[in-house]
Amino acid sequence: MAAGQSAVEARGISKVFPGGVKALDDVSVTIRENEFFTLLGPSGCGKTTLLRLIAGFEFPSAGEILLHGLDIAHLPPDRRPVNTVFQHYALFPHMTVAENVGFGLRMQGRPKGEIDRAVDQALALVKMADYGARRPSQLSGGQQQRVAFARAIAPRPQVLLLDEPLSALDLKLRQAMRGELKTLQRETGITFIFVTHDQEEALTMSDRIAVMSAGKIQQIGAPLDIYESPVNHFVADFIGDSNFIEGAIDTIKGDAAVVKTPDGIAIAARMNGPHKAGDRIAVALRPEKILLGAGKLKGEVREAVYLGTSTSYVIALGRAVTLSVREANDLSGKARFAVGDTVKLDIPAGAARMLAD
Amino acid sequence: MLRSTTSNWFGVAPAWLVIGIFGLLPMFIMLAISFMVQDPYGGVEWGFSTEAYVQFLFERDLDDSLILNTIYVNIVARSIGLAAMTTILCLIIGLPVAYFIARQPEDKRNLYMLLITIPFWTNLLIRTYAWILILTRNGVVDARLQWFGFEPGTFDLLYTNTAIFIGLVYSYLPFMVLPLYASLEKMDFRLIEAASDLYASKWQAARHVIIPLARPGIVAGSLLVFIPSIGAFIAPELLGGGKRMMLGSLIYFQFATARNWPFGAAVSILLMAFVMIALLVYARAAKGQGLPAGGH
Amino acid sequence: MRQPVGHYPGLRLWTALFFFFLYAPMVVLVAYSFNVNKLAMIWGGFSTRWYVKLFTTGGIGEAAMNSLLVAVIATCFAVAIAIAAALVLVREAGFRGAGLSNALISMPLIVPEIVTAVATLMFFVMLKNWIGFDLGLGNIIIAHCVFCIPFAFMPIRARLQDMDLALEQAARDLYADAWKAFRFVTLPLLMPGVVAGAMLAFVISLDDFIITQMISGPGTTTLPVYIYSMIRNGITPEVNAASTILIAVSTALVTVYWYVSRPKKT
Ligand SMILES: Nc1ncnc2c1ncn2[C@@H]1O[C@H](COP(=O)(O)OP(=O)(O)O)[C@@H](O)[C@H]1O
Ligand SMILES: [Mg+2]
Repeated sequence: MAAGQSAVEARGISKVFPGGVKALDDVSVTIRENEFFTLLGPSGCGKTTLLRLIAGFEFPSAGEILLHGLDIAHLPPDRRPVNTVFQHYALFPHMTVAENVGFGLRMQGRPKGEIDRAVDQALALVKMADYGARRPSQLSGGQQQRVAFARAIAPRPQVLLLDEPLSALDLKLRQAMRGELKTLQRETGITFIFVTHDQEEALTMSDRIAVMSAGKIQQIGAPLDIYESPVNHFVADFIGDSNFIEGAIDTIKGDAAVVKTPDGIAIAARMNGPHKAGDRIAVALRPEKILLGAGKLKGEVREAVYLGTSTSYVIALGRAVTLSVREANDLSGKARFAVGDTVKLDIPAGAARMLAD
Repeated sequence: MLRSTTSNWFGVAPAWLVIGIFGLLPMFIMLAISFMVQDPYGGVEWGFSTEAYVQFLFERDLDDSLILNTIYVNIVARSIGLAAMTTILCLIIGLPVAYFIARQPEDKRNLYMLLITIPFWTNLLIRTYAWILILTRNGVVDARLQWFGFEPGTFDLLYTNTAIFIGLVYSYLPFMVLPLYASLEKMDFRLIEAASDLYASKWQAARHVIIPLARPGIVAGSLLVFIPSIGAFIAPELLGGGKRMMLGSLIYFQFATARNWPFGAAVSILLMAFVMIALLVYARAAKGQGLPAGGH
Repeated sequence: MRQPVGHYPGLRLWTALFFFFLYAPMVVLVAYSFNVNKLAMIWGGFSTRWYVKLFTTGGIGEAAMNSLLVAVIATCFAVAIAIAAALVLVREAGFRGAGLSNALISMPLIVPEIVTAVATLMFFVMLKNWIGFDLGLGNIIIAHCVFCIPFAFMPIRARLQDMDLALEQAARDLYADAWKAFRFVTLPLLMPGVVAGAMLAFVISLDDFIITQMISGPGTTTLPVYIYSMIRNGITPEVNAASTILIAVSTALVTVYWYVSRPKKT
């Protein structure tokens, strides 16, 4: 990747809080210009800490943070061309919406005319043009969210940091805002670094995702890569549902291998990393990738749970392996199998993926 | 975080300067003076002496032998006794009131709080003085009794221990009700429903639910009443006529008329010791209850 | 009818008696201040003559001026000192001196007034004798400042604790330097706490009697000290009138503050 393309680069960042909590452990990540980049991980994994280090609210214990190639790790927040949309918005309650949105430009000492224009523009962008004179307390949650966004983009930052900005909204609004945020990012051309613990949010909005756990980055990649090719147990488990099957590699043919469980069940899996025949490994298998009704494997239906559009089964294969399988319901809406049925199943080549750990 | 430790000290420096020099330092000087020798013209003479403390328990005879003197011990006993009784009575009066107010709708609660805070912020001297008008011979009550044919002076409580006691309770009652209310107001009243659902009678619910939950307020309120009561000066002076002294008036007297600084300082140190004991008891009672570690 | 759970009989009556006990003496005092009769205890009819007499005898005007001067100056200093301390003690998590500083600030609340009074008296006498330090009314202002600081501090600290740290961070994020963030965000949001703290400090200073009585000399008499000397000279209708004025001032201040600070319904 060319240097000019990187907007933010974290190099070997660690953060230890007084009291000894190691929130970040040697994190390195490069975020490209104009991309919608998401930090995804369970609560407490260090996402907010990384964001706050980039914003300048905390300082790293080790490592550097480059903004367009310049180390900014020790500049105070007001000297960084980076703005934040706070989780609970942090709108100034004693100022009007317009004053909130204009605050950054005012602090930069811009002329009044320019401030007014930028405020109007930013409010128009988030469809809040008529609300400039209101106070934040007179707005709904969704409207406050828009104002927080307008306030953060009004000074035209090079990078916008968003810390779970949608988490305080109800489900419908949250889904609607996803599309809008994505559109706004494309229109403004600002690099977004978006923090969430919601995988659906991450998968639908991001250009690339960094999956984090326990202060470390587990995997960086496009949503498709992350979902289809999780590198380890954590990623496969955290993003979507997975069956985990343990066994040993039986044969290897190029990128494809056959893994045998102790029961002797053979599963075709994609290779991941340098393994050789005989290695004990685990494979991850998505429930919706298993086909029912035909195939070489045979199992017994233990549970069948109706989910509306689909049915979720728990199927026992032999003694040691149980798989969860999801199948779309047919036109009548009924499930095809019932508890106690014996079913044939097939794991298509490429459905299962070996894990690194 | 954003500021360094040096600038932290810079922020608290003014408070340290003012309270340190003009609040804390005088206390240490007072401790030193309590071990010095009285200068008959006021002030002190240099030199180490425990005379002030000895004087508290003994009187010196002409031949310099020590005779036990119970005057000051009596004053200490009166101070502790009155302060303890005041604390208990304030609690008995205050707990039902705080509970009643805590159960009112919010508008009324705020109004009641205003009504309690007004006396709280009204000059103590004046509030105590008002009781003279009530308790004295020919006062408000005595005059009414005379209408009904009683002798003048039938009701004359002024300059008695009872008068001091009434004055103390009156002075510090708001100090008890406010923290009691603060802890009861936070209480979830569904807990009482839960208790009665589990077969508790009204009084069992009070005993096992309300009072334990009011405990932080009881402990804090008791401290807030006990400390100023034991060092009270205005009530014993105005309502006790300066004859029935408490520790506060004894100290005052050493500076206003007797001009015995070391003795006044020693009594002050003694009073501080009682306060420290009360604080320790409070700290123990407050432990593990999430109470603030300090006073008010 | 069955009473609801948690209801105890007699509470209303008990509370009514409580308020009667709290207010009856003050009502008596106010009523007698309007008594025409020279003999304080015998009601002779309504009159304001004692108020007129009070203001024409002199002395009280100077005392009132002193009280006001002391209260205003001590409050200003106490509030400024309290804000600076609260910013550090609430906001700087790892500050080593926090425990000790908190204890120091709450010290004047714990020490009985009479002890503070005599300790301060001895200190000022020594300062005067040894280095000639005597500021007159200034001494009283300093002493008041000491015990006003914790009262100013408490509501300011409470307000700061309730304030979302993210607001100041948002200001810094939006290019405000440390001073501008304080000036445009922290201070305006802190204002209700500052006003409350100033009110408390002001009333406490205005009401203080024991400490002022100890350290005041000729020419530095405050209103409570003046009233005390009147009481010492006997129960007269003028005392009632002067007391009523002070009650009115406290009541007005507290009530106004209550109305202003009451949470507003939207
Ligand atoms: N100021 C702080 N002091 C001490 N520990 C902190 C602080 N901020 C965060 N932590 C700890 O660091 C870890 C990561 O926190 P955070 O970055 O907020 O996680 P996330 O945003 O992913 O939920 C957590 O264990 C948290 O408790
Ligand atoms: Mg977070």
